[in-house]
Amino acid sequence: MRRILSLLVENEPGALSRIAGLFSARGYNIESLTVAPTDDDSLSRMTIVTHGSEQIIEQITKQLNKLIDVVRLLDLTEGRHIERELLLLKVVAQGTDREEVKRLVDIFRGRIIDVDGETYTIELTGPGDKLNAFLETIPSSSVLEVVRSGVSGIARGERALRL
Amino acid sequence: MELTGAQIVVQSLKDEGVELVFGYPGGAALHIYDAFYSQEDVRHILVRHEQGATHAADGYARATGKTGVVLVTSGPGVTNTITGIATAYMDSIPMVVLSGQVPTHLIGDDAFQEVDTVGITRPCVKHNFLVRDVKDLAETIKRAFYIANSGRPGPVVVDIPKDITAQRVEYTYPKEVRIRSYAPVTKGHSKQINRAADLLLNARRPIIYTGGGVVLANAARQLTALVDKLGYPCTNTLMGLGGLPSDHPLFLGMLGMHGTYEANMAMYECDVMLSVGARFDDRVTGDLAKFSPKAKIIHVDIDPASIGKNVRVEVPIVGDAGEVLDQLLVAIASSGSLPRRDDLDAWWKMIESWRGRESLAYDLSDEVIKPQYVVQKLHEVTLGDAYVTSDVGQHQMWAAQYYGFNKPRRWINSGGLGTMGFGLPAAIGVQLAHPESAVACVTGEASIMMCIQELSTCKQYDLPIKVVNLNNRYMGMVRQWQEFFYDRRYSHSYMDSLPDFVDLATSFGHTGLRVDKPGDVEGALREAFAQKDRLVFLDFLTDQTENVYPMIAAGAGHNEMVLKPANDGTAPAERELA
Ligand SMILES: Cc1ncc(C[n+]2csc(CCOP(=O)(O)OP(=O)(O)O)c2C)c(N)n1
Repeated sequence: MRRILSLLVENEPGALSRIAGLFSARGYNIESLTVAPTDDDSLSRMTIVTHGSEQIIEQITKQLNKLIDVVRLLDLTEGRHIERELLLLKVVAQGTDREEVKRLVDIFRGRIIDVDGETYTIELTGPGDKLNAFLETIPSSSVLEVVRSGVSGIARGERALRL
Repeated sequence: MELTGAQIVVQSLKDEGVELVFGYPGGAALHIYDAFYSQEDVRHILVRHEQGATHAADGYARATGKTGVVLVTSGPGVTNTITGIATAYMDSIPMVVLSGQVPTHLIGDDAFQEVDTVGITRPCVKHNFLVRDVKDLAETIKRAFYIANSGRPGPVVVDIPKDITAQRVEYTYPKEVRIRSYAPVTKGHSKQINRAADLLLNARRPIIYTGGGVVLANAARQLTALVDKLGYPCTNTLMGLGGLPSDHPLFLGMLGMHGTYEANMAMYECDVMLSVGARFDDRVTGDLAKFSPKAKIIHVDIDPASIGKNVRVEVPIVGDAGEVLDQLLVAIASSGSLPRRDDLDAWWKMIESWRGRESLAYDLSDEVIKPQYVVQKLHEVTLGDAYVTSDVGQHQMWAAQYYGFNKPRRWINSGGLGTMGFGLPAAIGVQLAHPESAVACVTGEASIMMCIQELSTCKQYDLPIKVVNLNNRYMGMVRQWQEFFYDRRYSHSYMDSLPDFVDLATSFGHTGLRVDKPGDVEGALREAFAQKDRLVFLDFLTDQTENVYPMIAAGAGHNEMVLKPANDGTAPAERELA
């Protein structure tokens, strides 16, 4: 099962290593992990994408909740939610390829944000699987650099992760 | 009043009600040590190695329920505490470790005696802090004590840079702290309590299985009341011994790898299991696939993460063991139902037949001292009322099996981490907590060597501990595994070049006694315990070939115990499986 966990954590220097350390010490998977400040100076927001059986996911959420630095935790995948990830991609685009790449970017509703004679730099946001699908369409021989931000997420409707 | 950071440390300890600190000085902690110099409110016990400080604080905490306190310097002072911190963490023991750190401006510079204390201790603490501002110092210490001794207890480290201990600030010690992300639940959910009561009352083959949580929560009284009320059999884990008096007629003994036959068989055959403050550790469950296949499990634990971690649970109850047991007692009383008498009689009959196998019987000898016999005599001589610490190995299992603990907090051992070297320093903490009580450290000749330097601490503070060394000239537990599972290839499990323990004890200023005849065991113990003001090191030369029985081998189930082989010496592996 793929799960997206959203956490509010104390904005303390050790918090990130406690959380990352928990995953490595107990052998849990991390597909991606993002952290950034929030509107409240004392809190950071973290999004962790992980996989595991139901029992493992239950352990992960319990173990995370046990950390003193974790203030709130929400499993976004338990309800309706929106998932977004940013992809920055640099590709070789020469001659006729230039048109083809531009067409694909349009289909996926991405943007070309930098251009030079030989390359395009592309920006695309969406759920992880959309980014995967886009990457599959680009011949790997022309890919120069892939930068993914890791997943962020938010619940739909009234459900909100806040104090 | 304005104080320096160092004075704040001492004053905070005093305001926290701390009576004893176990420590060892060094550069980064010198301001703090200076503040200790001119006061008598908080007593500082100087150990001989920082590992000893942590085990002593740990022993003190286990024997009293109070938080053990440690003070060490940065760098090697801290790294020497890691084993002790991990030991306390695995057994959920409340402890606060205060460590000196290099001055703030040098942090990250690979300064002299710098280690990343917060980083290096992180995986084995409940929480830790680096104090960055002297204004936060008192509040951080308050938080550390609160976290260490609430919810599921555990060690907390407070790392204090040296410059902060020199800065001055107005001091007030907070009366209480609130931590927004930390609010341990103590009361069980009433719906689950009722479900549990219902399940218990409808059980045909019930068992109550309890662990260290009952001891830590001071819930032995409630456990005994519940066992008496229901008439159900009860077994304790290694950590839970003393939770129910061992002479209670409904007590089945310890369960698990070296538990009794009746306890393990009852676990295997039960239909309803009430587990309180136990965590289904692998040494207890054996092979999980074969664990209690017919049981519906009620699991009571203060830590939600313990519940459902290893086994599927029917009724999870998060809460304090004592409060939940009280709630269960009320729910059972008000339900108006009684246990199923007929089923229970049949169940007890079955249990009695397992008991009849006498899985703890051993062969006495006139020539060589049997270690089990020493432990039994220790019980007799101390009237079963001593505090017994131990190290790790066969002697630990024999102490657990044969001492017979009738009260909680009397049995003090490293169950989770299995730390050799724990016993003697732990006994220091226990003896300081209970100066008038008999304290015995049951150890082995390999384990005792791991913190032997603490004999010097015992001398300095006149601690009349009795060291009971079951000296089999082997790392017995290792030898036993090599005998069973490695075709008797005894790789590096012998103890060569041992010291003369009598001379060694004497050189530390204590009394040493060597005992090599079974007939002298009791007399030597009586002589030792009669010396109320001296440490006596009893070196019992015991049977080198003795093994710990019964046993569940790794990968086996509770119903596949190996019992002691017959006197003809047939190897256990060749014997019938019970
Ligand atoms: C610090 C540490 N190192 C190694 C071990 C592994 N170990 C477990 S029992 C044991 C042998 C203990 O020998 P001894 O203290 O003589 O006790 P005995 O088993 O003979 O009673 C060893 C080496 C351990 N538990 N702790």
